[in-house]
Amino acid sequence: MKDTGFNDQGHFCSGHNACAGCAEALAMRVVLNEVGEDAIGVVAPSCVAIILGAHPNNSAKIPFIHGTIESAAASAAGVKQALIAQGKNDTTVLCFAGDGGTYDIGLQSLSSVAERNEDILYVCFDNEGYMNTGGQKSSSTPRAAATGSTPLGKTTRKKNMVEILAAHRIPYIATASTSHMGDLAEKVRKAKAIRGTKVLIIIIPCLPGWGVADDAATKVARLAVETGVFPLFEIEDGVKYTMSVGEKTKEIGSYLELQKRYRHLDDEGREGLQAEVNENWERLAEIAGK
Amino acid sequence: MNAPVRNTNVQLMNGNHAVAWGVRLLSPDVAPLYPITPQTPILEKLIDFQSQDVLSTRLLTPESEHSAMAGAIAASATGARVFTATSSQGLLLMHELLHYAAGARLPIVMFNVNRTPAAPWGFWPDQIDSLSQRDTGWIQLYTETPQESLDTTIQAFRIAEACEMPVMVNHDAFYVSHAVEPVEIPDQEMVQNFAKKPDRSLWLETGSIRSIGTPIGQAGWNETRREMDVAMQRVVGLTEEAGRVWGEQTGRHYGPLDFYRTDDAEVVFVTMGSMAGTAREAVDTLRRNGVAAGLIRVRLFRPLPISGLRAALAKIPTAIVLDRNYSPGLGGVLHQELKAELYGMENAPRMHGMLAGVGGVNVPPETLEKLVIDYKDAEQSQSPIWVD
Ligand SMILES: Cc1ncc(C[n+]2csc(CCOP(=O)(O)OP(=O)(O)O)c2C)c(N)n1
Ligand code: SF4
Ligand SMILES: [Mg+2]
Repeated sequence: MKDTGFNDQGHFCSGHNACAGCAEALAMRVVLNEVGEDAIGVVAPSCVAIILGAHPNNSAKIPFIHGTIESAAASAAGVKQALIAQGKNDTTVLCFAGDGGTYDIGLQSLSSVAERNEDILYVCFDNEGYMNTGGQKSSSTPRAAATGSTPLGKTTRKKNMVEILAAHRIPYIATASTSHMGDLAEKVRKAKAIRGTKVLIIIIPCLPGWGVADDAATKVARLAVETGVFPLFEIEDGVKYTMSVGEKTKEIGSYLELQKRYRHLDDEGREGLQAEVNENWERLAEIAGK
Repeated sequence: MNAPVRNTNVQLMNGNHAVAWGVRLLSPDVAPLYPITPQTPILEKLIDFQSQDVLSTRLLTPESEHSAMAGAIAASATGARVFTATSSQGLLLMHELLHYAAGARLPIVMFNVNRTPAAPWGFWPDQIDSLSQRDTGWIQLYTETPQESLDTTIQAFRIAEACEMPVMVNHDAFYVSHAVEPVEIPDQEMVQNFAKKPDRSLWLETGSIRSIGTPIGQAGWNETRREMDVAMQRVVGLTEEAGRVWGEQTGRHYGPLDFYRTDDAEVVFVTMGSMAGTAREAVDTLRRNGVAAGLIRVRLFRPLPISGLRAALAKIPTAIVLDRNYSPGLGGVLHQELKAELYGMENAPRMHGMLAGVGGVNVPPETLEKLVIDYKDAEQSQSPIWVD
């Protein structure tokens, strides 16, 4: 078997509630294992909350507060302050939220937490839409993707959350993918060791939401990285960019054709998306000094 | 019984600073705060105490009241003792989380300064902000003076922690929040013994996987409300007990209801908050003129002390309810609640619902005296009456 760069300690249990084949469960497994048991979790309403399980179950081996969707980060700060008041400064506060809870309704509280540099590890499971409510667009949904609220395709681009976070100059931001499991595990380890606000954004191809085959989630995630649609990189202190995967090796078509949310696109539409990816990539490569 | 610990530490201060003093004496673990007129002096005084190193509480200043309450909830769920304070728009912004805090059985103590909500913008004493939160599950107390605000802030922790329900203490904007009076600062050791932080076991802690707020089925959700009902039924007794023990320690006795010259009264005012001060003056004048008037001040509004109110009002022919709030389409909230609580009671008083002081307009004692003369022998009023 291929070395995944990740050593499962059993911190995420079987019997969870993810759709069969969902990459989000895999991402949670890696994050929870690297974070370990000296941690308290906060989770916003989203697929990740459902995956963790209904009362009295918990598929993680750490306790969670199932908070409100717009206050995940604010809640995490509250947990952290309570721990500090009790002298438990080293306990990790782990915050799980979706892209809707991060890019949209929770942006205000996340921005405040980042500005205050509260010591939390915030993980956004970015499946590019509101999947828990049946698949509507979020501001993370990319241009042209069809969703329940953009049936003809979204007309505006995906919000650049990473740059918004970088502008807060927090110590650590990274993008990650379950297709690059060792890289994901390494980023969690690195983030965990840093004091202050750390944010990880993990790309999660959603099977029903994107119209992806049950066995293709990780393949689609890999193509998102290889086509440069979702580049993997780190930003330290808001300014030091490091590419984790330095090359863009594939055209966007191979990525789009595995997803029903783009099936209405014609050649012109696909070329438009390719041009957007190229432009984003060049900009990022320039900033990262490649 | 121990003799009250007589304390000579009396200082002039306003109601908001008195609240901050109550918090200082107890130094809870965490206090997230967001400023809003007229609550701001509470926040500023606490920051001031922290900078003087006389307050060990961890103060957080997030970007909104919504996040302040979210932080309060999470900190309380992690086992911290938590305080926050707000007013009006801030309280209303918290609405979703007020339900959450109560449903999760978190004994957070919040001080709310009663102020008119927009629109139109106003900064005036009016209790509709907190009264419109009455169904969220928070215990609600209303105070009349700066001293009572200090004393009640401390009692609120004892009540909240005994029944694991959040408590909201309220005082009126400006009339109490900014009114300067001599306030006795109780002995800190006494205060800390009075409100000892109990051990709590069901909260978030490492090594356990027990979670809070986890999605639950219909029967499970229903069960949480039944348990809240049981807890709420203890609150009148807990409020009595806290007020009695506090009285033994300080000489200042409190209860769920505050009675003034009601023993042989033929007509009483029923009200909450600072309006009681005006009503007391009116009662004294009326008594001097041979009218047997009295006053019942409702200190504990949620849950309403039903049996106490029934017992007190059974002997009194007329009750004039003074509401400094207006629920559109209904009238005064206290009036509505009293009608519901006294329904079917033999010898219930004739009740008159007065919308008195809505929006903070001044209601002088003479106006209240005239209400008694005009309504004490009148048939029960069907609709609320706007008081000029
Ligand atoms: C204040 C509020 N509004 C709406 C909802 C309903 N809601 C629950 S989950 C969700 C979408 C979440 O989307 P995202 O954060 O991307 O998570 P995903 O479900 O995609 O994992 C919404 C809108 C809510 N819980 N609270
Ligand atoms: S809806 Fe999508 S993201 Fe959510 S569990 Fe299913 S596959 Fe995963
Ligand atoms: Mg989503």
